[in-house]
Amino acid sequence: MPFSSFFNSIDRAKISRLIEESDRNRIEEALNNVGKGGLEDLLSLLSPLAGEEYLEQMAQASHSLTVRRFGKAIRLFAPLYLSNECNNVCDYCGFSMHNKIPRKTLTDAEILREAGILKKRGIQHALLVTGESSKLVGVDYLANALELLRPHFANLTIEVQPLEEREYAELVRRGMHGVMVYQETYDPISYARHHLKGRKTNFIRRLDTPDRLGSCGVKKIGLGCLYGLTQDWRLDAYCAGAHLHYLEKRFWKTSYSMSFPRIRPYEGKNLVSADLTDKDLVQLICAFRIFNHELEISLSTRESSLLRKNLVPLGITNLSAGSKTNPGGYSEEIQSLEQFSVSDERSPMEVQSMIRELGYDPVWKDWDRSYDLHSESEEMDISSRSAEGSLKMSLAESE
Amino acid sequence: MNAEEDFLEVAGVRLRSRLFVGTGKFSSGSLLNETIRASQAQLVTVAMKRVNSKGTPDSILDYLNHPDLLLLPNTSGARDAKEAIFVARMAREALGTNWLKLEIHPDPKYLMPDPVETLQATEILAKEGFVVFPYCHADPVLCKRLEDAGASVVMPLGSPIGSNRGLDSREFLRIIIEQADVPVVVDAGIGSPSQAAEALEMGAAAVLINTALATCADPVEMGKAFRLAVDAGRMAHLAGLPKASNFASATSPLTSFL
Repeated sequence: MPFSSFFNSIDRAKISRLIEESDRNRIEEALNNVGKGGLEDLLSLLSPLAGEEYLEQMAQASHSLTVRRFGKAIRLFAPLYLSNECNNVCDYCGFSMHNKIPRKTLTDAEILREAGILKKRGIQHALLVTGESSKLVGVDYLANALELLRPHFANLTIEVQPLEEREYAELVRRGMHGVMVYQETYDPISYARHHLKGRKTNFIRRLDTPDRLGSCGVKKIGLGCLYGLTQDWRLDAYCAGAHLHYLEKRFWKTSYSMSFPRIRPYEGKNLVSADLTDKDLVQLICAFRIFNHELEISLSTRESSLLRKNLVPLGITNLSAGSKTNPGGYSEEIQSLEQFSVSDERSPMEVQSMIRELGYDPVWKDWDRSYDLHSESEEMDISSRSAEGSLKMSLAESE
Repeated sequence: MNAEEDFLEVAGVRLRSRLFVGTGKFSSGSLLNETIRASQAQLVTVAMKRVNSKGTPDSILDYLNHPDLLLLPNTSGARDAKEAIFVARMAREALGTNWLKLEIHPDPKYLMPDPVETLQATEILAKEGFVVFPYCHADPVLCKRLEDAGASVVMPLGSPIGSNRGLDSREFLRIIIEQADVPVVVDAGIGSPSQAAEALEMGAAAVLINTALATCADPVEMGKAFRLAVDAGRMAHLAGLPKASNFASATSPLTSFL
């Protein structure tokens, strides 16, 4: 049974009411359970009363649970935008088809130039991003990009249009580690209001995308909502939690991450339906950590440097750094239109210093490409695929 | 045996310290380094997925560069025998050691070791000349099977990794220790020095500690505390702990008339 069937059985009005009505007893029970109580506890932790009266307790619990599982370490990554071509019309996104902007899809040489700059900055975990254009940036384009980039990064994850299972399987063979696929909103009415044309209008297809990912053995699936699209963000978050809960049971070999992006303006346009305040964001992060101790929680440069600094100890495990959200953004002087405006514009090294000041270890490499490539051929050339091709040499040099 | 003459011997190498330290989760490389020194650990594990070129910003090997420190690379992140074997060969190539902590956990949530894949990989790696330290469940039969497959050590878990719950598996650890022909190192779940001491008292050859050190308020002091606890536990084991008994020895015997 795909998630959409399960999703249809959720009584959304009832859940929304239960969230609103959560009382002190329920919230305290959820806090005492620290994650062993399941979705009912998530529901209480997302309630208005929990945000009003229990935020500090939630933050303390979230902090200690995160340190216990992930240690005092923050993993760094950066996005690499490959294309801003898009056949969808979405009213909140800079890449939307009707926006009269210069379109760009990186060539092989341009991809490698961007990669070179990211590598020089220390980035080893890269997130490849495109708009949704199956003709221009379909699975062949992505497979080629993975082939080009695979030797240069420890971990490659993608954030592109939903694909078919066999297409994902092909990308897994090319060394793709994970896929981020945010539902944007779990409210079908709100979804239809913001996604006006193109394949992205298909709510159910998007909803069942993580099932296709799990079925073909993708190692990491990133979930999330775009906060600001829907008035009832608490219900949206609950549904994301239910999605995670469902996937973890079905695809137990996959790891999961959750993000809480808030709508950012692009080109001066601001289309927020509902505000998610900083306090609400803190509640979301803490509620999800208490609900799921092992979940990776990722925070992008959409948020300001000051807020990011304050959020790190609350449950964050992964931070992007020095991000450019337009194709060619790292190497071009004249910047094409970004997907959204970046709020934290510090370089990766500056972000690293901030992490150190907070008493955390910035981790640039926490994966090895060999884990994502091993199945490709039985007879592997270890030296060319080892943790670092140059590692043995550099060790020898140091002796 | 006198505690001073006591060594743990693995594949011809004599280890003075019975405290193994894991190197993840520390807030900085320098704190990791200081903690290892304070703990006097000689064997430290290092995840191959964290291993990086020298001179890059988070090169963990830069902080593990003492002449008397032995590196035990681990295959953390491997989900099956095939991946683990690949990483093992990579580790041997990159770090120049045939010692290997074999970790295979297809489940990224609780990181539970896969007994089937671990047994298969142990057999293959042992034949290839690796000194295999397999991380496994506290399953006495599995530990004997791993031994038969060529494991040099077995590393059953005390409780779920990172849980700090101590020796939840103690009844099975007792059987494993009683039956083992190779050193038994209790790995995972030990959250305090007293729990480490308990493992050594019970006859474990060593313990592996990571989360309890890396995430406490003062890892350096905690490193010393674990060292003392491990020494005390070992000393108590060697001294021969009096057996706890479920039978009272009555002061007024009921059968003295016989």
